[in-house]
Amino acid sequence: MKLLIQNGRVICPETGHDAVADVLIEDGRIAGVGPGLSTSGAEVIDAAGLVVAPGFIDIHVHLREPGFEHAETIETGTQAAAAGGFTTVCCMPNTNPVNDSVTVTKYIVETARRKAAINVFPIGAITKGSNGEELASIGSMIAAGAVAISDDGKPVMNARVIRRAMETARALDIPVIEHCEDLNLSAGGDMHECDDSVRLGLRGIPSASEDVMVARDIILAELTGVRYHVAHISTKNAVAMVAYAKQRGLRVTAEATQHHIALDTGQMKPYDSAYKMKPPLRCEHDVMAVVDGVVNGAIDCLATDHAPHAGDDKMQEFERCPFGIIGLETALGVSLEVLVHSGLISLPRLIALYTSQPARVIGWKNELARGALKPGYVGDVTVFHPEYPWVYDVKNSLSKSSNTPFSGRTFRGGPILTIVNGDVVWRAPGF
Amino acid sequence: MPKGLLGIEGIERGEIEQILERARAFQPHGGQTFAKVNTCTGRLVVNMFFENSTRTRSSFEIAAKRLGADTLSITASGSSVSKGESLVDTINTLVAMRPSAIVMRHAASGAPHFLSRHLTTPIVNAGDGTHEHPTQALLDARTILDRCGRLEGLRVAIIGDIAHSRVARSNIHLLAKFGVDLVLCGPPMLLPREMARVASGVTLEYDLRRAVKDADVIMMLRVQLERIHEPAMPAGEYFRFYGLRQENLALARPDAIVMHPGPMNRGREISSEVADSQQSMILSQVENGVSVRMAVLERVLLQ
Repeated sequence: MKLLIQNGRVICPETGHDAVADVLIEDGRIAGVGPGLSTSGAEVIDAAGLVVAPGFIDIHVHLREPGFEHAETIETGTQAAAAGGFTTVCCMPNTNPVNDSVTVTKYIVETARRKAAINVFPIGAITKGSNGEELASIGSMIAAGAVAISDDGKPVMNARVIRRAMETARALDIPVIEHCEDLNLSAGGDMHECDDSVRLGLRGIPSASEDVMVARDIILAELTGVRYHVAHISTKNAVAMVAYAKQRGLRVTAEATQHHIALDTGQMKPYDSAYKMKPPLRCEHDVMAVVDGVVNGAIDCLATDHAPHAGDDKMQEFERCPFGIIGLETALGVSLEVLVHSGLISLPRLIALYTSQPARVIGWKNELARGALKPGYVGDVTVFHPEYPWVYDVKNSLSKSSNTPFSGRTFRGGPILTIVNGDVVWRAPGF
Repeated sequence: MPKGLLGIEGIERGEIEQILERARAFQPHGGQTFAKVNTCTGRLVVNMFFENSTRTRSSFEIAAKRLGADTLSITASGSSVSKGESLVDTINTLVAMRPSAIVMRHAASGAPHFLSRHLTTPIVNAGDGTHEHPTQALLDARTILDRCGRLEGLRVAIIGDIAHSRVARSNIHLLAKFGVDLVLCGPPMLLPREMARVASGVTLEYDLRRAVKDADVIMMLRVQLERIHEPAMPAGEYFRFYGLRQENLALARPDAIVMHPGPMNRGREISSEVADSQQSMILSQVENGVSVRMAVLERVLLQ
């Protein structure tokens, strides 16, 4: 099985390649990158005028299976991911039951093998039931295919418990991914604490609730030497602390979501649950700091925090609605708009944020190595157009849920072809 | 699309003036009851109260009846809400019965705003969470006008649990539109600093004596124990520093009036002596509640 992608602008941040070339995938692996590769025996795709990049990686999604299949399944979530140009996703453990055991990890791996459109790697829970008290079966979950641990959706409030988890993770050489929120400071909050929350009579989630958790964790990351990753970073202070930790040589990384770089509280429609997520949309100065962090490298990668919720769960009083929005299909469009078309970063830098950088955060090795167009790497390729205008209509979404603030928005540039292990798994309508 | 009344923030001063002027026409004379005007005969008003209320609900009901409209009052405990029906389904069911307007109270901030995006029936907000209570602000303004003859240039102190008060927010928006000098006062955990930027002309004060000094109007708020999720201030400490007593009232202007949206906790935020004094407007507020709600409902029903 050979697939040859011809004449595209091939950009691989890892190797520094940025020129018109061909990419050959043979037997599910990258076999070669260069001009004028032989077409013999290969299925040929003409990518002239398009960008050909390593397959995009999203290390923060919620696929909702098992337990919340009315909102999303591994099948539908990965279809939406493919439509967003993603070839690999890591799914958070807040399913029902929580992925805190080999049984659930294996269930996800097996279901993904049969149903998923793209590669799925589970993230195991840090604590049993993600209750923050007793450590989960971390080693066994990693042996069964999990690639990191997190209690995402909740923080680990007990500092001694997270310390023990960090020590365990260090020995296994996996990252600990923390949802940074001091629950006592954020208790009952529904949106960012600011002038608007006070005016609207909604309880606030202060930036400080994220800051104090990031501070605690960085101190413990230094103590334990773990690879520590801040999920969905959203505040100015948190970004500054991550930058400081990096300066000091700690193995601290962070991700930002497209909504935290694109929207601030001023753009929220009052009481509209399409704008309700955790961390909440922050004030302008926080958003600017997160964007700066992405630009200057304090923040390592982008992630979607794709969080589907069924329509009736989101059609409620604002304070009763669950937190989270979907994001897989809009991630590229939003980040092109905020980061590249605005002139803040180059196209190769944006691609790094979705490929080599998240791959480095997780640390896939050997036969699992991904995030670059190097011979022997998995044959995952994302082909996109950097300019063409299109309108996102959530009614056509492949996700089972439609909770997004971006429906109706016009984007410049978006995915064209998604290739996983040498197979085209998604193709833009009309291409 | 017919307009309801969701809040004071989003309406113009001119509209407020028209409502207050119309309300004056409905005020009873001497010992009489409210005149039955029957301008809204044939209209149907549904009062949907998802949160307990005695005075607001009965006030709206009397107002609708005096206008000649038919009314139906539903409380959450006696409805399908207690059987787990969603807010949208409950309201859609009511809308299918073709009311001319829905008067709604709900414990969640923004609940009527959320519904109004999905409905064409006008909604009158009778209090949403800790957000707004527009008819309370209108009846308070009517009461101040009756006594002081004007709003412009007055010094109004609002005292108590500002953070959790929809009455405070609606009053702040209304009074700010009329150029009132507004001072908000309460313990720091119940008076967030962001409040100073909610409207123009607002200052914050954490000392009760400084807040009431030279005030023309003192509005006391109820301590909303049911809404406080914070480590609360001891009750005795609250009354000592933020309860309105005669000695504090003496710092205000001699003709100052004292208001309270009720229900009041005597001995917690206000002393009985002050509550029952000649300066207390508490019962006038209740009376004005009916005339103001007649004006609001008439405006909504006759558009």
